[in-house]
Amino acid sequence: MANFNLNINGKQHQVDVDPATPLLWVLRDHLDLQGTKYGCGVAMCGACTVHLNGTAIRSCQLPVSAIGNGSITTIEGLSATGDHPVQRAWLEQDVPQCGYCQAGQIMSAAALLEANPQPSDEQIEEAMSGNICRCGTYVRIKQAIKTASTLKNSAS
Amino acid sequence: MTLLKTKIGRRSFLKTSTAIGGGLMLSFSWLAACVSDPKRVLTMPEEWFSLNGYLKIGENGLVTIISPNPEIGQNVKTSMPMIVADELDVDWTNVIVEQGPLNTDIFTRQLAGGSQSIRQGWQGLRMAGATARRMLREAAAKAWQVPVEEVTTKEGMLLHEKSGKNATYGEMASAAANIPVPEEVELKNADDFKIIGTPRKNVDGLKIVTGEPLFGLDYRREGMLTAMVIHPPAFGMKLKSLDDNEARNMPGIKDIFTFKPYEDGHVKNMFDASAFTELIAVVGNSTWEVMNAKKAVKAQWEPFEEYADEFSHYSDPSRKIAKRQPAGLESSARHAEIIAEYSSKPGNVVRRDGNPELAFKQAAKVIESQYFTPFHAHNCMEPLNFFANVTADKAELVGPIQTPEFMEKSVAARLGLPLEKVDIQMTRMGGGFGRKLYGHYGVEAAVISQKMNAPVKLIYTREDDMTHGTYSPAFHALYRAALDENNNLIGFHVRAGGIPESPLFANRFPAGAVDNYLAEEWSYDSNISVGAFRAPRSNFMAAAEQSFLDEVAEAAGKDPIKFRLELFERAKNNPVGENNDYDASRYAGVLELVRDKSNWSEVQPGMHRGVAAYYCHNSYVAQVVDLEMKNGKPVIQKVHCAVDCGIVVNPLAAANLVEGGTVDGIGHAMYNSGITFSEGKPDHSNFNTHQWIRHRDAPRAIDVHFVQNNTDPTGLGEPPFPPVMGAVANALYHATKKRYYNQPYLG
Repeated sequence: MANFNLNINGKQHQVDVDPATPLLWVLRDHLDLQGTKYGCGVAMCGACTVHLNGTAIRSCQLPVSAIGNGSITTIEGLSATGDHPVQRAWLEQDVPQCGYCQAGQIMSAAALLEANPQPSDEQIEEAMSGNICRCGTYVRIKQAIKTASTLKNSAS
Repeated sequence: MTLLKTKIGRRSFLKTSTAIGGGLMLSFSWLAACVSDPKRVLTMPEEWFSLNGYLKIGENGLVTIISPNPEIGQNVKTSMPMIVADELDVDWTNVIVEQGPLNTDIFTRQLAGGSQSIRQGWQGLRMAGATARRMLREAAAKAWQVPVEEVTTKEGMLLHEKSGKNATYGEMASAAANIPVPEEVELKNADDFKIIGTPRKNVDGLKIVTGEPLFGLDYRREGMLTAMVIHPPAFGMKLKSLDDNEARNMPGIKDIFTFKPYEDGHVKNMFDASAFTELIAVVGNSTWEVMNAKKAVKAQWEPFEEYADEFSHYSDPSRKIAKRQPAGLESSARHAEIIAEYSSKPGNVVRRDGNPELAFKQAAKVIESQYFTPFHAHNCMEPLNFFANVTADKAELVGPIQTPEFMEKSVAARLGLPLEKVDIQMTRMGGGFGRKLYGHYGVEAAVISQKMNAPVKLIYTREDDMTHGTYSPAFHALYRAALDENNNLIGFHVRAGGIPESPLFANRFPAGAVDNYLAEEWSYDSNISVGAFRAPRSNFMAAAEQSFLDEVAEAAGKDPIKFRLELFERAKNNPVGENNDYDASRYAGVLELVRDKSNWSEVQPGMHRGVAAYYCHNSYVAQVVDLEMKNGKPVIQKVHCAVDCGIVVNPLAAANLVEGGTVDGIGHAMYNSGITFSEGKPDHSNFNTHQWIRHRDAPRAIDVHFVQNNTDPTGLGEPPFPPVMGAVANALYHATKKRYYNQPYLG
């Protein structure tokens, strides 16, 4: 066990855990941030996607000891009231079915749009193919990313 | 107007008023997201009045509608309350939706399965809304001293035109709660629906996109322990010995022990299916600690001897069904030999019309093809999990379950508690697809909690989930068609079988459309556990049958849609046999709609098209796939879908379900590895080797068209899934000049 100071969603958090503990389980078990989901534990489904310094990463593969001063954003910290352009677009397109994978999809999409405000279809497919949606909402997700792109670009 | 005898008794009303009257949680964030005018101030009522178990009205006019059925992503949590709200005649923006608990006194069939929630809930939901509306009108009539017939309603308002009197539902709710439940109520005409048939967004949408803890895996309780189970690494094996010395001394570990989810001799219900009679529980403080200890547990396993399980029949529990669990470590190579053997000899004849043998003898042309799909794991994104808190005299369970009523019975039987001492709360499910019909994991959580004397959350890892079984069976079908010299279909033969179950539907199309018809089936026992998987059996038979009909149409030199329509015409006008399980007009209707909407006769350059139609779970779906080859890879540009599910309760959610089922069907047929076996061991345990459809594989667009009619609604969770598999096989054929017989097509 060891103490770690983590910067998550703009706040400092202290946890005392095994240094090998993946960020996913620190979030879920120790910080009561359950929005980030467990899907596979081997970085193949994307349900656990969060941002590390603005980049989308799979939190199930990031040991807490490797985070250092990195700044983490989870779905709970993406916006204060659910009004991030990607969240608004998701609601507008009524994307979710079961909803379980959507936090990970949204985090991947938000990181994509940060890096590339107007992605092409191919770029969306490339960036999002690490996120499985078992319900098959892929077509709506792509529409929502385009909607979010418009919302984001019209706001800025 | 329909008059309906109410089945909502005073008894159930009295019960619910105490059960759900207080302790209300209002989601203001949701309200803020859904009301048309966000500036409008909505406050929580101080008092709620239950008019029946489905709804309660606050003194300020807010209405809470209870959604009775489990939510697995089929969107019943939005669409079921919409039905109540429409008959109640309230403004949807004043409605709050709550997930109901399991309560068999109030609700019927709280089960997510068979695409039946809307179909079987339809009447009861309407009755609940209409009954409450009638009671509100009677209360107003009494207060105003006017005949009840003269009291009308409009979106939460009671009105008396002659006197100009009016009141909100909220103002009249307290009085209405004391009105006797009417013996019969009037239901709206379909043309008068205001909410049903209009697009309404998912009531949990904002919670989902902001990451609120809605799912079973998210459920937490003070002092809760985390548990995992270890099952045998191969089907056909059982625990021989356990060495937990190292694991039990690892950090955070509370206990490691073996247990039986079901006691020996327990008569299982059909949802108690489980391949493993004894498991190892690892219990500790946190998920990561338990995961690590689990890896350090050293267990030895040995093959088991053949045994028999006893199951009670689904609809008649007094009937007992024995199921043989054969010994042995099965492999897919051996399964292939069994399939080759059984598919080449006569099976059990389930239906026979005319003289099929003679028809094939006299045929000018015989077409024969064989189809196969391996076992499949459901792979819900939310792995199996359940919370249980078992104390001396009661058990409280919370989690994702499609069959809460069955789980309650199994837990009660296992713990030796009366039914009323087992309380089941349903969380939103991260997918079900049939897997969460089988509630052994809830029973396991309860047993572990009882042993630990503590609240426990049981979590399956992805590997546990993918290798635990309850798969869709391995299926095979052999089809033969006989054409005469004029290319008329004069004989049809299907011989379908599976390990361990047959997928045959003997009375489905083209039965009824061919004079000489033979349907046979076979099955072969296995110790690999199987269960319902989104559109069970249909999910294979549609792919096989619709691919085969395409081949037959081609051999007959006919357009595949015209060929099918000719057969439906025959089934409509002069059906063969009486027991045909479809309505030929509605079936033809979706084919005609998809033909027109896709401009079937005009294929875009470079595009390859395939069509299919299927009927299952009471709804009709036809799909046309437009596929293009790019760098040697198939890219699906568009899928056109035509659907007849009667009245479409929520077109927005319905279209989403059709799109999802279409994507899932394409994935299932083209990409999904399925589960194969070596020495009893599943060859895949996670998504690192198990292929699944991803963004890049999905269609670029999906168009959904609904047949407009006023037929009572049927479900959509399953029907869009099977036919697209045939449509994509047929499109692939045109693109590659190769027929696709074995799933996954691109495997």
